[in-house]
Amino acid sequence: MLDVVNLTHTYGSGPDAHRALGGIDLKVSEGELVCVVGPSGCGKSTLLRSIAGLVRPTGGEVRVKGRPVSGTPDDLAVVFQDYSRSLFPWLSVRDNVALPLRRRGLDRAARRAAAAEALAAVSLESAAAKYPWQLSGGMQQRVAIARALAYRPSLLLMDEPFGSVDAQTREDLEDLVLAVRGHHRMTIVLITHDIDESVYVGDRVVVLTRAPAVVAADLRVDLPGPRDQIATRELPAFVHLRAEVSRLVRGRPEFGPEEFNTVPPHTTTSPLVKTPSHLTKE
Amino acid sequence: MIVSKVVRGAVGVAVLLVVAEIAGRTGLMDTQIMPLASTVLAGAAGLAVDSEFLHDASATVEVWAEGLLVATLLAVPAGVLLGSLPKVEIGLRPLIEFLRPIPSIALIPLVTLIAAGDGAMKVTIVVYAACWPVLVNTMYGLHDVDPVARDTMRAFGFGRLAVLLRVALPSAAPFVLTGVRLAASVALVVAISAELLSGGAGGIGVYIIKAGSGYRIDLMLAATVWAGLIGLVVNALLVRAERGLFRWHAARAGVAQ
Repeated sequence: MLDVVNLTHTYGSGPDAHRALGGIDLKVSEGELVCVVGPSGCGKSTLLRSIAGLVRPTGGEVRVKGRPVSGTPDDLAVVFQDYSRSLFPWLSVRDNVALPLRRRGLDRAARRAAAAEALAAVSLESAAAKYPWQLSGGMQQRVAIARALAYRPSLLLMDEPFGSVDAQTREDLEDLVLAVRGHHRMTIVLITHDIDESVYVGDRVVVLTRAPAVVAADLRVDLPGPRDQIATRELPAFVHLRAEVSRLVRGRPEFGPEEFNTVPPHTTTSPLVKTPSHLTKE
Repeated sequence: MIVSKVVRGAVGVAVLLVVAEIAGRTGLMDTQIMPLASTVLAGAAGLAVDSEFLHDASATVEVWAEGLLVATLLAVPAGVLLGSLPKVEIGLRPLIEFLRPIPSIALIPLVTLIAAGDGAMKVTIVVYAACWPVLVNTMYGLHDVDPVARDTMRAFGFGRLAVLLRVALPSAAPFVLTGVRLAASVALVVAISAELLSGGAGGIGVYIIKAGSGYRIDLMLAATVWAGLIGLVVNALLVRAERGLFRWHAARAGVAQ
């Protein structure tokens, strides 16, 4: 479905240049939900923007369904963290959800019907005629999710989608994402800085190193479904995996990207990631 | 709250008028130089049914409206173009910064030589003065378009034109209307100034000069009151339009800070 091959990106040039991505390799198969975590400022968003075609990477390649991406791939939707800036305040909730469907060549009635259906999926039928700024933050993010759902993308990218809502809303939205992916067969790449969240919603957790980012580890999440906010989070496997990801994300000073390059992607056996030998000396 | 604001404003105006009236009646102010407030107001009321003055007032409003319309039709597309093409804007910026502060009144002698007729001259002068606030606000509005909103549209696969039409223009629209409102005040000032300086067949400025040459200070002031009222009404209508059309803009500004 999605193939990222040796993706590099550098902002600026000369002495001020910032290498955000140092060669990312990532494969996502159809229907998977992959969470990408990493230290803040490590280039997670740059990775997402490169996949979405919003940034032209300096090197490497992104392929969606086998075809190299230049510009924005068709059949892709993005949910941004900043819902209040991503929704259009001059349009009603219904029109916000319906607008991207113009790209699908649907007529007005079909767009409205699809918008109504997507709003029902996030339990916001009653807010259709309101404006985004009349809704709470969590509701606004649900509108943004409904907009992505209505578009029926085969690849959904989410950039810290629950970073700006309170804890309770965050849990509700996590469960919403898990529920809707069951209905609509979508491949989802979700960027987050929240380790708990990545383990809770993901089929796989991809850990990036500090910038220039490379893939530090690629962990399969083997937790029973359906997931439950309380029961899942108290499973020993969940706790163990969370600790594993935490250790990788927090990292240690001597944990440079070069060492990480030796870790093969798709490590699924336990121990999930081999600890580099020089760290076990103590 | 709005009612109390209106009441307070009315009280302020009333106090000023009463003080002026008392100053005149007690001899503190020479009524030969500064007529009584009541005389001026009565004169203004009389002008409302004076066909000569109404002809003058409609001439001014015509020049004002034509000038504002032409300025808007020129400046909005130019502002959209400059605001969305940064390289062109950088190239033209010095020229704009040079032309903008030139008082359009200073161009009257030049435009009089070029323009076909007195009316065309006045409209040209109004257009020159009124286009800058519209241009600058339109450009500002386009710069202010949220990059996240743009990225959202782009991520859904919309091209440059669709992003411009569906995100940049609606987002810039409140700024454009603010520019038109500022331009409306400037246009009225310039229209009457042009009449005062160059005369012509009619206009509030022309009426004021005629009243002045007959030492009718009360009528000069009465006509001035009407000029002020026209400006006030136009501004109030445009403020209402801004609030009504762009409720989302105010709501959003309120949420943001």
